[in-house]
Amino acid sequence: MTSTIDLVAHRHSTAEHELRDEVRQFLGDQRAAGAFRPRCDAWMTAADPAFSRLLGSRGWVGMTLPGRYGGHDRTPLERFVVVEELLAAGAPVAAHWIADRQMAPSILRNGTEAQRQRYLPGIVKGECFFAIGMSEPDAGSDLAAVRTRAVETPRGWEITGTKLWTTGAHFAHAIVVLARTDGTPGDRHTGLSQFVVDLPHQAVEIRPIVTIDGEHHFNEVVFDRAVVPADALLGDRGAGWRQVIAELGHERSGPERFLSTFPLLEAWAAQTSDDPVAAREVGRLTARAWTLRQLSLAVAADLAAGRSPEVAAALVKDLGSRFEGDVVETVRRVAGAEPRRGADGLAGLLADGVLHSPAFTLRGGTNEVLRSVVARGLGVR
Amino acid sequence: MSDELHEEIRAAVGAILKGRDSQDDFDRSLWKDLCDTGFHLLGVPEEIGGSGGGLRDLAVVVDLLAFHGARVPVAESAFLAGWLLARAGLSIPDGVVVASIDQARVHRRDGLRLSGRVRTPWGRHAGHVVTTAHDGNVVVSPVSAVERQENLAGEPRDVVVLDNVEVTAVAPVGVEPDEILHRGALVRAVQLAGAARAVLASARRHVAQREQFGRPLARFQAVQQHLAALAAEVTAMRVSADAAVLAVEASDRGAAIAVAAAKATTSAGAHVVAGIGHQLHGALGYSAEHALGAATTRLWSWREEFGNESYWHDRLAAAEGSVWSVVTGGDR
Ligand SMILES: Cc1cc2nc3c(=O)[nH]c(=O)nc-3n(C[C@H](O)[C@H](O)[C@H](O)COP(=O)(O)OP(=O)(O)OC[C@H]3O[C@@H](n4cnc5c(N)ncnc54)[C@H](O)[C@@H]3O)c2cc1C
Repeated sequence: MTSTIDLVAHRHSTAEHELRDEVRQFLGDQRAAGAFRPRCDAWMTAADPAFSRLLGSRGWVGMTLPGRYGGHDRTPLERFVVVEELLAAGAPVAAHWIADRQMAPSILRNGTEAQRQRYLPGIVKGECFFAIGMSEPDAGSDLAAVRTRAVETPRGWEITGTKLWTTGAHFAHAIVVLARTDGTPGDRHTGLSQFVVDLPHQAVEIRPIVTIDGEHHFNEVVFDRAVVPADALLGDRGAGWRQVIAELGHERSGPERFLSTFPLLEAWAAQTSDDPVAAREVGRLTARAWTLRQLSLAVAADLAAGRSPEVAAALVKDLGSRFEGDVVETVRRVAGAEPRRGADGLAGLLADGVLHSPAFTLRGGTNEVLRSVVARGLGVR
Repeated sequence: MSDELHEEIRAAVGAILKGRDSQDDFDRSLWKDLCDTGFHLLGVPEEIGGSGGGLRDLAVVVDLLAFHGARVPVAESAFLAGWLLARAGLSIPDGVVVASIDQARVHRRDGLRLSGRVRTPWGRHAGHVVTTAHDGNVVVSPVSAVERQENLAGEPRDVVVLDNVEVTAVAPVGVEPDEILHRGALVRAVQLAGAARAVLASARRHVAQREQFGRPLARFQAVQQHLAALAAEVTAMRVSADAAVLAVEASDRGAAIAVAAAKATTSAGAHVVAGIGHQLHGALGYSAEHALGAATTRLWSWREEFGNESYWHDRLAAAEGSVWSVVTGGDR
């Protein structure tokens, strides 16, 4: 087998175990105090700035950042433990999710010192939220087809274009935008750059898009000759594609790619013990979750060791996102419960699960595209 | 498992395996080479006559033998019999020694005698069988009478008939049937992952070489998607088996859960892997001439042994605590 998919199982350190106990205790207390109700897909849909700030005060946001930016110098594997506990509990982490997962490491790696000083301390406090402006009307799977343009002017960069499906832009303090600075759309991967644009901005219009669950999670974001300072450029001019690809390792491999519906599984399992058919299905999903967790952890360990397991991350996301749908279908089929939006308990979780299931295998790169990445990694493309 | 030592083991065993083409149910010449190099008893303590080394070292060998469809009983000898003997503090008899799957009955008449019919993979080729008695104690006995049976892959899955046989050794040490079941499940998980890897390797080769419609199959996106799904399942099987070996070697608190989850995952994965593997190979892979069948028939056999996926799903469902606490397995 090629080295690209050579994942190695990881064993936790004592520090990681202790951290897990601490987070579990905290979440148990929070739930008992009514601070949150477990939800499916909470990392995308349950934004609660107060909860994000509380996590920040516990040191559980931007954990891996260096102390000089307010961070906690924790390892990526310690971060893994914290976020998987939050996800399994269905805690409301959507507000700071993108900032913590993606923008903190990206700004640390690519940003200027001024950008780091500007954004990182706020991220760590759980107070600075981000959105990702990559997709466009004509650039979905084919992301290199983006048309949004940034033109250098004496006043700074002038950005024009439309971003689509932008999760959380309506509450974000900043959006990272992939735009063409040089050449034409036919140039594909060259000539793209990333910008950090503070929100709200008077020339950036954020229009809500309601999804089939009747809620507002993502947006259309229209840049109408929006002028941003020269230092809004993130990383090198023309290096946007490379930077985005590097981010994908973080974006695709995390435990949110198999745990989105875990709160539903947990709630169901708690009430199935004397039904042998249901119990066997719980056992099946438990085994699968155990394995997916080992895979996700192995990718995290690889990332932590400084490698960039792009192919492995794609492979794990393909398996994990299918599992998320499998949980929903299994509970629905076996429990015979009718999903009800907004209801307490199983009916409400099931409604979330059913209505969100199309998203699992689309967002962050569709499964077909992920499999193409894997096929390329196997050397057959 | 990619440390330097494991790479060395892989390279050395790989060299031994090169160019073998035995059609017998037991590849004696391979077995002899493994014995001469000590790889047949890796992971078994030197004090009882093994080659020393850890469980992960042995797992590397077992994985590789499964990958090659090698017809030798290292799983049954080192992984199972060697482990039972080490637990009991008994030394390893000369010749081929394998473990039985069932228990036998011990009774006393002119010394210790053993009776029973015990399912024993590779029994026909074994000089001794290690079994546990009804009281749980570990017993070694010579193999004389055997009823021959095979699994779907043609591997010996015999019944050793013990009719008042004088035992070679007995230890006053008990091993619970459930421990043996877990140990067997672990080795089959490793083997299943190894055979699955063979299917993937063969599929990659095949779609690159075989041409239809004027181009290699690998050029077709439908084929690429199949191959990626195959690679995903194979990787899941391999990482789950790896993680279980790691947990058992370290005697983690979550070791039993890890074994259950790994055997469930590898057993369930067998269907996916064999299915896609055969689809990609076309009729060629269905022919007994092609090596694919050696891997897929092993997948279909090994998934049933020491508990299939449903068995382990039930066990996992019955485990203490929340699903999440089981999934995180507490590896301390
Ligand atoms: C809930 C949700 C949140 C999102 N949040 C964000 C966000 O915050 N920021 C952002 O930038 N984007 C976001 N997206 C957009 C997401 O990245 C895109 O949906 C995704 O990249 C796919 O693009 P598309 O929707 O245009 O589908 P298309 O690319 O049009 O694909 C449609 C279908 O065609 C298939 N297809 C396309 N190309 C190929 C190919 N080459 N081979 C085989 N099959 C192919 C796809 O797999 C899919 O099945 C979000 C999407 C969702 C669903």
